[in-house]
Amino acid sequence: MYQLTNIGKTYKQGSRIVTALKDVDLTIEDGDHVAIQGQTGGGKSTLLQLLGALDRPSTGSILLDGKDLARMRDAELGRVRATRIGFVFQGFNLIPTLTAQENVETALAPLGIAATDRRRRAAEALAAVGLDTRASHLPSELSGGQQQRVAIARALVKDPSVLLADEPTGALDEDTRNDIIELLERIRDERGITLVVVTHDSWVARRAKRRLQLRAGVLTERPVATVPVG
Amino acid sequence: MSDRIAIGRAATVDPMFRTYLTRELKNRRRQTLIVAVGMALAIALVIVVNSVAGGVKAAQASALASVYGVGTDITVTKAATTSSSGTQQFTFGAGAGSTTGGTRTFNSAQLRTARGVTTFAATAVTKIASTSGVQAATGVLGLESTTFSGQTPNSGSSSAPQTRPTAGTGTSGGPSSFGIDSTTVLGYDVAASTAVGPLSSTALTSGRMLTAADAGKDVAVLDSDYATSASKKVGSTVTIDAKTFSVVGIVKSTSASGASASNLYIPLDTAQKLSGDTGKVTSVFVQATSAAQIGAVQTALEKSLGSPMTVNTQASLASTVTGSVSTAASLAQSLGLWLSVLVLAAAFLLAVLFTVSGVTRRTREFGTLKAIGWTNRRVVGQVAGESVVQGLLGGAIGVALGLAAIAVVNVIHPTLTASAATATAGPGGPGGPAGVARAATSAASIALSLPVTASVLGLAVALAILGGLVAGAFGGWRATRLRPAAALRSVA
Repeated sequence: MYQLTNIGKTYKQGSRIVTALKDVDLTIEDGDHVAIQGQTGGGKSTLLQLLGALDRPSTGSILLDGKDLARMRDAELGRVRATRIGFVFQGFNLIPTLTAQENVETALAPLGIAATDRRRRAAEALAAVGLDTRASHLPSELSGGQQQRVAIARALVKDPSVLLADEPTGALDEDTRNDIIELLERIRDERGITLVVVTHDSWVARRAKRRLQLRAGVLTERPVATVPVG
Repeated sequence: MSDRIAIGRAATVDPMFRTYLTRELKNRRRQTLIVAVGMALAIALVIVVNSVAGGVKAAQASALASVYGVGTDITVTKAATTSSSGTQQFTFGAGAGSTTGGTRTFNSAQLRTARGVTTFAATAVTKIASTSGVQAATGVLGLESTTFSGQTPNSGSSSAPQTRPTAGTGTSGGPSSFGIDSTTVLGYDVAASTAVGPLSSTALTSGRMLTAADAGKDVAVLDSDYATSASKKVGSTVTIDAKTFSVVGIVKSTSASGASASNLYIPLDTAQKLSGDTGKVTSVFVQATSAAQIGAVQTALEKSLGSPMTVNTQASLASTVTGSVSTAASLAQSLGLWLSVLVLAAAFLLAVLFTVSGVTRRTREFGTLKAIGWTNRRVVGQVAGESVVQGLLGGAIGVALGLAAIAVVNVIHPTLTASAATATAGPGGPGGPAGVARAATSAASIALSLPVTASVLGLAVALAILGGLVAGAFGGWRATRLRPAAALRSVA
């Protein structure tokens, strides 16, 4: 469970101070499906990075299962990312020289898992996203949707408690988008993990149980009852 | 689970480390090739320069060995005085020579200490031998036997004195011809060991060496080159200052320069008696108990023998070697060294720049890996691993190139000339040993042979690894500065 209290994040751009997040208070329960929407530069990705232990807030605290990510050292944050958080990016961010199987294995490399176990688990993760026949393909030999499935397998292979997706369908066509979102929802349902999706796409956002809106760094939550699904 | 353990595995046996590294290097073939070739050229140059330096050093040692012998660490001579190194003259009286028809024929022979050297009391040998740190010492008397022969028209007047005329030249007043034949003679202590001194760098090719039983006898051992040119063999006789010597042995130089220190070797006491230098020697060859003792022995001898005496070590003797071998040594030591350093620095810089630019280009890749939990150490290990492999690849190519270049030189065997010293400025100045005077007048030709030593190959591999580590350190430093969020944001 996430508990964000009075989160503020500022950046220095030259001599200018930019406020990305302002007094954000938020609680995300285990197994929640949350969508974060907002204008470009509104602070969506910044909030996702704070949730993903990729960055620290300028003010406030971020408790993940009771432990404050804001006070952790780099090495501890790295351990949290390695064990508990899975990332899915808009541009897939696969290593171009490694095969699908090897890309999935990169997520297990920091865990000190034996090579044979890594291979087995990566193969299972690829099978779970329907790509077991493409394990030996390089990213350049896969379609966009297939690459995103590999990225999802890489995020899931370490059995994280949280899956953070930054515009996961932003680079995909509509049919592929639907497939990927359905895959993410299925995984969330099967594994009971928390799913947080940053998106510009209202269709994707409407699939979530909770819709958050970020405008100029200020977070508001839209009531679910007002959201038409379909 | 621990990152430390994981990193340890990655650096040794982790297939992920190997696979990722191999794929990256293959994917960036051009960069890998450029860095490897740069490193290879530098490594090859280092190997060749080191090898040339070794070969030239060996050539210098060979030039010295032919004159001083292989076991000699120190030589002791006496500075020449004006009278001792004066101009050689042949004087003929009015009725000198024999007349046949209208031609007068002159013949004269002289035996004197070799030019540029001075005799001193042989008691110095005992004094030197008893000095602490001295393993062995032997005194020699270097002589030069010169015969003059010539013919002039019988004009009834003396043409003397003649001062070392050039052989075969004519004079005014009719057809004349003169000839000078010079032979070096070395008297050495036949009772002493030949492990130190000029004969230590010779091998007997026929007959026998002189023994203690030959003391005082008119017997000689000949240098093989001289024996060939004079058509002498064991059993022949040679004449020195009108005295006939029996040839009992022929020796050949074991050094690459080809000739030994003297044309003839005779018992020391015979040489002393023949030249009128009883109880005198011209130089003492000294062997120290160990290389570490050489400096101390030199100091002790300089102190005990006093100022007219000159004490030289092999190191100072090396500086007396002149000719193309000296030029090659100078080139290897100055130009070669600096060129190696320059090319090595350029290769390192190239590797660093390519590695840092590679890390910058892979910002999103490393940002992603950090986002999924890769530690800085693991990322740095990956970058450094790639650099070290590039360095090793360059090292391997460089070693092959270097060995090929050395092999080519060794097949061609370029000839260098070497003169150990000059007659007027032998080791330590005027008054060098007899052998020096001879070497000065006939420069030796030495075929340059480049050695390949394990230490040079080890140095090459070490430099290759160092180059990779330096590049990896810079690239790794760049990678550690990438914060995952900033890295991903910068790409977005």
